[in-house]
Amino acid sequence: MSPTYYLLLSALLFCLGAVGVLVRRNAIVVFMCIELMLNAVNLSLVTFARINGSLNGQVMAFFVMVVAAAEVVVGLAIIMSIFRTRRSSSVDDSNLLKY
Amino acid sequence: MTTTGEAIVFWILGPVSLAGALGMLFSRSAVHSALWLVLTMLSLGVLYMMQQAPFLGFVQIIVYTGAIMMLFLFVLMMVGRDSSDSVVEVLRGQRLWAGVLGVGLAALIVGIVGRSLTSVTPVGVTTANSANGGNNVANIGRSLFTDFLFPFELTSALLITAAVGAMVLAFNGRKNPKRTQRELVDARFRGEYEHAAGRPGPGVFATANSVATPALLPDGSIAPDSLFEIINSANLDEFEADRTEVAGDETKPDAHALGGESHTEEDAHR
Repeated sequence: MSPTYYLLLSALLFCLGAVGVLVRRNAIVVFMCIELMLNAVNLSLVTFARINGSLNGQVMAFFVMVVAAAEVVVGLAIIMSIFRTRRSSSVDDSNLLKY
Repeated sequence: MTTTGEAIVFWILGPVSLAGALGMLFSRSAVHSALWLVLTMLSLGVLYMMQQAPFLGFVQIIVYTGAIMMLFLFVLMMVGRDSSDSVVEVLRGQRLWAGVLGVGLAALIVGIVGRSLTSVTPVGVTTANSANGGNNVANIGRSLFTDFLFPFELTSALLITAAVGAMVLAFNGRKNPKRTQRELVDARFRGEYEHAAGRPGPGVFATANSVATPALLPDGSIAPDSLFEIINSANLDEFEADRTEVAGDETKPDAHALGGESHTEEDAHR
């Protein structure tokens, strides 16, 4: 089977994650959708490493995982501190800068 | 390298991971979303292993499903388990347009990838994995510590910054600030505490250092505040001698008792 199928699967997963970011209103679920997009990109990086016969793509996917871990830690802490002050984790409620 | 086994695994796990993503997108409860995402990530890890990236596959399972998703579940349990998504659309038609844009993006990428990469023949990472007489993990490590050494060091700085930032952001602060010594003294004299000077400690007269030894008042009676309610196994009769000694009714041992010049046999054994 051609590695193109992996790339197509990765594209579909990325689009599902993007739609989730636009649609969902819970900040934590939005965060999970971002994680899904990162995972989809990782899959395409691994597939490109296989296509090119070089390990650089896998190393790059490893770095993406590290950055994703750091991002999740800080983002969840921000969500928790927002929840502590505003008693809500919905992205629609954080609108103080709007008015 | 493109075996039928890989095709079978892909055609099972690919739809499974898509189903996980769809389930995450459409489930009302955030906890269900997290569990669907775990399914997607697990199947992606197996797909990495199928593409000759065993290190990344295991890191995916350990780090993503083991650490990150558990962190998500932790925060969900603390923050918003009950707060399912509101069905109110703040922007009118947002869901419809998001769906249209998503389908458009998917069509675009799938079209591009499908047209440009159909006849590609993968080189495969078998030779790259077995280069320098190592395996996948050894060669990734070699690459990390030679070609990508500086970015690797930068990730350490990133991780430390993230850890410190998370601690700063998640720190609650004290609910009521700690009293200074001065405020504590004032509070004692205002009568906020039961004992202005604290409770009497056990074993005041040092006949024993056990917590079960009660303190004796100057008249030889037992100070009731020094008795612990949870340690009531101390037989109070054992301290009868101490009490009478403090009360002063008994003859004290003479000054020569330790010098071996005592007169009676009982005094020698005291």
